Amino acid sequence: MSSAAALIAGHATFAAGMLSAIEQITGRSDVFVGLSNRALSAAGVEAAMREALDSSGATVVFTDLPAGSCTMAARRVQRDRPELTVVVGANLATLLDFVFGIDGDTDAAARHAAEKGKAALQVLGTPRAGGRPDGP
Amino acid sequence: MALELYRIDDRLIHGQVVVGWGQPLDLRFIVLVDDDVASSEWEQELYRMGVPPEMDVYFESVASAAERLPGYVDDERKGLLLTGDIDTMTRLVERAGTIRAVNLGGIHHRNGRLQRLRYLFLSNEEESALRALADQGIVVTAQDVPAARPLSLNEVLDGEGRR
Repeated sequence: MSSAAALIAGHATFAAGMLSAIEQITGRSDVFVGLSNRALSAAGVEAAMREALDSSGATVVFTDLPAGSCTMAARRVQRDRPELTVVVGANLATLLDFVFGIDGDTDAAARHAAEKGKAALQVLGTPRAGGRPDGP
Repeated sequence: MALELYRIDDRLIHGQVVVGWGQPLDLRFIVLVDDDVASSEWEQELYRMGVPPEMDVYFESVASAAERLPGYVDDERKGLLLTGDIDTMTRLVERAGTIRAVNLGGIHHRNGRLQRLRYLFLSNEEESALRALADQGIVVTAQDVPAARPLSLNEVLDGEGRR
């Protein structure tokens, strides 16, 4: 596996889809390597993640969901690799920002990218009356 | 009955459990039964961080789960009981004596296991253990997510559900 700055890890084809979108927008999907949890046990996800990090040299992991098995695996890896940065709940805006921020400190780039990702999440349109009880 | 599902899933708490089942069933608590996790503060903290704030997680050994099961069943909230392997669920079924249905949610590849479904791999010993549960009258079905059709143990072992 070639060198990369970060690993994108998630359910099913989440990583492949993100890589495809990053390539289309920036032509820089080489910044990342992808990992799917498909057909893997929790231990299998962790082993695959360690292997991907070792072979790519990546120091950042982006995962898709807080409760996801990739996030759990990343936290386990982080236990004995405290230098690893884990960004949970990554979206396309997060990853695109990271692409353009990796010239310096990748940890700082990941933290900046996470803020960009949060800011990118918006609801457009006027709230309708009688929405969900827990809604606005 | 407050415990909606008794699930075997080697990923324990993960997206399918918290979101896939948690949201449609409006689950408010998870009982995670695992002797190792029950004795590790670090493991418990890891799993606790994986669930939303409105959901409680209770960590139990097989012995303590069997003892406290009536309380979980009587809980007015909806919950899900989770083990990471068939052996743990089998021991719990034996000790509790009140579990009537078991869900096979995710048992993944390992040496010595044969693939039965996309998400289900079983060794000969595990198959025997599941058949023994069924022989006791426990309804054993495989269903990874609520939208999927539950497959009977016979369908699983006959390979009819392979996809």
